[in-house]
Amino acid sequence: MADIRIDRVTKRFGDVTAVNALDLAIKDGEFVVLLGPTGSGKTTTLRLVAGLEKPDEGRIVIDGTDVTKAQPAERDVSFVFQQYSLYPHYTVYQNLAFPLKSPLLKWSKPEIDARVHEVAGMLHIEHKLKNKATELSGGEMQRVAIGRALVRRPAVYLMDEPLSSLDAKLRAELRVELKRISVELGATILYVTHDNVEAMTMADRIGVLNHGRLEQIATPRDIYQQPDTIYVAQRLSSPPLNLVDPSLFGIEAPAGTSTVGVRPEDITIGQPSGVEGSTTLVERLGAETVAVLQVNGTQIQALVDPQATIGEGETVRVGVAENAPMFFDRDGRRIDAPRAGG
Amino acid sequence: MSTPKVLTPTESSTQLKWFAAIVVIGYAAISLIPIVWIFMTAFKGTATAISYPPAVFFDPSLEGFVNLFTTRSRQSAEYLAQLPPPETWWEEIVRQNDQVIAGPSPFFGRFLNSVIIGFGSTFIAIVLGTMAAYAFSRFKIPLADDLLFFILSTRMMPPVAVAIPIFLMYRALGLSDTHAGMIILYTAVNISLAVWLLKGFIDEIPREYEEAAMVDGYTRFQAFRKVVLPQAATGIAATTIFCLILAWNEYAFALLLTTNRAETAPPFIPNIIGDGGLDWAAVSAGASLFLLPVLIFTLFLRKHLLRGITFGAVRK
Ligand SMILES: Nc1ncnc2c1ncn2[C@@H]1O[C@H](COP(=O)(O)OP(=O)(O)O)[C@@H](O)[C@H]1O
Ligand SMILES: [Mg+2]
Repeated sequence: MADIRIDRVTKRFGDVTAVNALDLAIKDGEFVVLLGPTGSGKTTTLRLVAGLEKPDEGRIVIDGTDVTKAQPAERDVSFVFQQYSLYPHYTVYQNLAFPLKSPLLKWSKPEIDARVHEVAGMLHIEHKLKNKATELSGGEMQRVAIGRALVRRPAVYLMDEPLSSLDAKLRAELRVELKRISVELGATILYVTHDNVEAMTMADRIGVLNHGRLEQIATPRDIYQQPDTIYVAQRLSSPPLNLVDPSLFGIEAPAGTSTVGVRPEDITIGQPSGVEGSTTLVERLGAETVAVLQVNGTQIQALVDPQATIGEGETVRVGVAENAPMFFDRDGRRIDAPRAGG
Repeated sequence: MSTPKVLTPTESSTQLKWFAAIVVIGYAAISLIPIVWIFMTAFKGTATAISYPPAVFFDPSLEGFVNLFTTRSRQSAEYLAQLPPPETWWEEIVRQNDQVIAGPSPFFGRFLNSVIIGFGSTFIAIVLGTMAAYAFSRFKIPLADDLLFFILSTRMMPPVAVAIPIFLMYRALGLSDTHAGMIILYTAVNISLAVWLLKGFIDEIPREYEEAAMVDGYTRFQAFRKVVLPQAATGIAATTIFCLILAWNEYAFALLLTTNRAETAPPFIPNIIGDGGLDWAAVSAGASLFLLPVLIFTLFLRKHLLRGITFGAVRK
């Protein structure tokens, strides 16, 4: 196990700056998730750490050694690719054994055999060891792909959206398993995803990427409650964050505020302090209900009590919970506001 | 009540299938008739081979094959009468035409030359072509497109257009009528085909496979051998067959550049002269035997060709 330091790393592809002056330090044994939409530079960041791309600027340090110019094989990392993870001409066993048979390791056959079975057991794929990689279901393939990364004990595990191609139920299952395994191994993991839930549930810290830039990195709790920018607040809000003019709810805003962000769960309905609005749509999703409202010509989304008997086309009083609003300046940066207890 | 069968895009109607079958069978017949004719002629014997109208039913004879492998001399009836009775079936066949066997013909040597030059040049073209194709597919090579175009451009004119310069070059370099000379020539001709075909196949193999291996501690060359080659097997098999057929059947340069030591079968076979002109039975026997190696080789590689490209382990 080891720590990683990414030191102002920039990577350009022609006109595209895929990774822009990225600074990131990952502690030994830490599980860091980079969260960002497609094209935000997640894969490129991992490839830079693995040595599959060379940075245009900056340094990468793994376990105290500057590896910026080192070959992938010298870096002692393992990589779960977003796609094409398994060798189609090999069986599951051969796929899992492949990293252990590398010329750098020189393991004996019984050692390899024991380790392959151990990892296969950990991921519940022992009964598939003799199958061709092409004869697996999507979930099994993904387990094998993760297993391929886990058989070795590298300094660092790099995982590129390893669960994104799975259906929801399997994803939830593997998410829990992966987190458990990572804790058991005490592994240093850099994991990238575009899925908020994966990030929130697995990460020790979440880094939010925006066009190759790291907007903020913090614990899941802090990044949700104390976003630095509108981008981060929006990224972690579902249903989407309401961005309104300070005057809309008559909120007392600090100087320099240009936009107020209110999360859907912080919108109150039926409180006497609210302003008048009307419901245009009520989406009942089971565990939660989303109401789409019009307030003075602005559309607002609110999470409401599923028991509430709110209907479409009703006139209601819409308000904002105390200490809930977030204030942003013209550049989308958060302006610190007095918060309860904070 | 019957509803008309709804076809999915991969199904075809019965009429269409019949039409396709007729086209395929017709095409197969047109291509196969000359080959069947050659095989038949090979077994007709020298006299029947040139009978008119052509014989479709005949007593098979191995005379063509005997003539192909031997040189013979005609003898007088008195001389033949005082010889001891023929010891072997081939002597017997020769005796019936008032001839005795003078020795082996050069056919076996020519055939061996074809094998050495055909398979040798194919092997080299495939090895070099695979590595070049891999490089073009994976690395940023300056002027890669121009280089690829240049490689292809070597195939744009008829090879015979450069026959004279090559003839002179080969004479000056002492490469005329040598195995090495012919192998170099056929390798050079085939390598452009090999690079272009193989680049297509290697482009299809996601580079993540090698990258995964390299992250796991393998060198690029080891990753190439363990990961890329097995997955390119289908493409390599197909390309090998194309190259082999081209080198195997090449006629013009073989005729021009070889006379004896390195002469291949194609220029030799059509010149097998018998009594009073071409010995068509022997020519056909030679052509029939000449077809066999490529046929066998293709059948041997067929399982690779048919196994198809696996898309299986790709996440959908
Ligand atoms: N090899 C490449 N050549 C050119 N552009 C690339 C290459 N790899 C990535 N990019 C570009 O860099 C940006 C970031 O890509 P990527 O790291 O794959 O994002 P993500 O994994 O977050 O979806 C994208 O705009 C992408 O088009
Ligand atoms: Mg990606």
